[in-house]
Amino acid sequence: MAQSRFIKDTGLTARMTAVMFLLGALFVALIVVLMYALPGYAVVIAIVGLGIAWGQWYFSDRVAMRAMRAREVTAEEAPELHGMIDRLCTMADMRKPRVAIADTPLPNAFATGRSPKRSVVCVTTGIMQTLNAEELEGVIAHELSHVAHRDVLVMTVASSAGIIAGLLTRGAQYGGLGLFGGGGRRGNNNNNPAGVPVWVIALVVSLIVYAVSFLLTRMLSRYRELCADRSGAYLTQKPSALASALQKISGEIANTPQRDLRASQSMNAFFIAPAVRGLSMNAITSTHPSLEQRLDQLARIAAELGRPMDGGPATGPFDGPLGPSGGLPPGPAGG
Amino acid sequence: MGLWNVIRGRSDSTAPNLDSLFALPGAAITLQTSIDLNPTGVGSVCYRAAEGAAAAATQSDAVSLIEADNGPKVETSVDSFGFTWLVVRSTPDDVSGLVTDLHAVNSGLETQGFSSGLLCSMVAFADASGRKAALVYLYKQGTFYPFAPTGPSTRDGLFERQLRDLLSSDLRIEPDIARWMPVWGAPGL
Repeated sequence: MAQSRFIKDTGLTARMTAVMFLLGALFVALIVVLMYALPGYAVVIAIVGLGIAWGQWYFSDRVAMRAMRAREVTAEEAPELHGMIDRLCTMADMRKPRVAIADTPLPNAFATGRSPKRSVVCVTTGIMQTLNAEELEGVIAHELSHVAHRDVLVMTVASSAGIIAGLLTRGAQYGGLGLFGGGGRRGNNNNNPAGVPVWVIALVVSLIVYAVSFLLTRMLSRYRELCADRSGAYLTQKPSALASALQKISGEIANTPQRDLRASQSMNAFFIAPAVRGLSMNAITSTHPSLEQRLDQLARIAAELGRPMDGGPATGPFDGPLGPSGGLPPGPAGG
Repeated sequence: MGLWNVIRGRSDSTAPNLDSLFALPGAAITLQTSIDLNPTGVGSVCYRAAEGAAAAATQSDAVSLIEADNGPKVETSVDSFGFTWLVVRSTPDDVSGLVTDLHAVNSGLETQGFSSGLLCSMVAFADASGRKAALVYLYKQGTFYPFAPTGPSTRDGLFERQLRDLLSSDLRIEPDIARWMPVWGAPGL
């Protein structure tokens, strides 16, 4: 087997798997608590919550395309864009997604869709004007990596505990108005001798789960962005093009007036760069890693691609001069 | 494997299949004998050159390897999509020598860890009336497809299908026509 120049970032993989495990545990814990606190409602709440998550995933392409007012384009309408995606998909040996253009000056791009078969890669007219061909290719490779990594599915599954908790918070508020009566009374009699109404417990638990799940999914989203950056840079073999695209886009987005941004807030998780003002968001709640972190990773990939390999026998992948994860700044969890 | 990759946020880059190229000389004979379509002696390798010194060194090594000992001339160009084309101009009667040269470029890139950047290889054909066609090899899929341009952005789909049917026993033809990527203005065609 030929030598690989792929950087195996063990630290990133470990952090990401840990977050996914925690989200899974949170989901299970929430369901268990529900079973004890509201035995009559637990199954219904879980099914409704999972149904909402399923719907978000299943209709992701249509919802996102409509939210962005994106229009699918044919190869005749946008030959350069299609040619670029054709070549990237051939190199990556992946199925070509549908291609769409959203007519907005906001420079951004996103990928969505429930499966690689149904996925759409969308670029805005703003990004096509802002970036040159090489940079645009870097951005599209990043989006294609989201498709290949099935990030829409991963993020939907990851957010299901949060969806159920959100549902429960709302339900518990109604419970306080007496609509949760049946479950509440039974809870009071059997499990809750102290006399605290069960809807208060449900409200507190669901608020905690919602907050924890919110932070964890945001963290996971940032890790997935780094993974997509990495795979995208390896696909185009030009980490510097993606780096300059990111710098241009984040500069432009920070300068865009707030008025334009409100419409696209629900889409932030799938964008190449978040459409929010950089300064107003702190590192913990951001859906995307800091520009600094992303450029650091791209610099390590560039170094690895430029490193001469003297044609010797394959010695296995190289971890980079700083060790398996040394080059990447610690994630927000670590500091 | 698939699930594990999804969890880790990775996608395996498909390893290119380099050896299928050697089926080309047989296909060239079929084209010559059945429809008098002759190789022009021009072949090319199209790949994405990685940035940095290592890729540039690999490319110049490959070029000097082919040009050594009065070998064929190699032209290098970069197309509008940012892909590098190494065009080898050899004599029309030596298709197997041409294929060997193209293969040398591939193995050079592979040993240096750049095989994931290989896009396609192309060998050009033409008949007496001036009709042009190329057989394009997709490394990642390990399949060939015919490409017959008739203008700057038009292609002769009927002729391409005809070539597909002629060559189906010689080569593994890409079954999905959506993957018959047009390479308009490819150097050497």
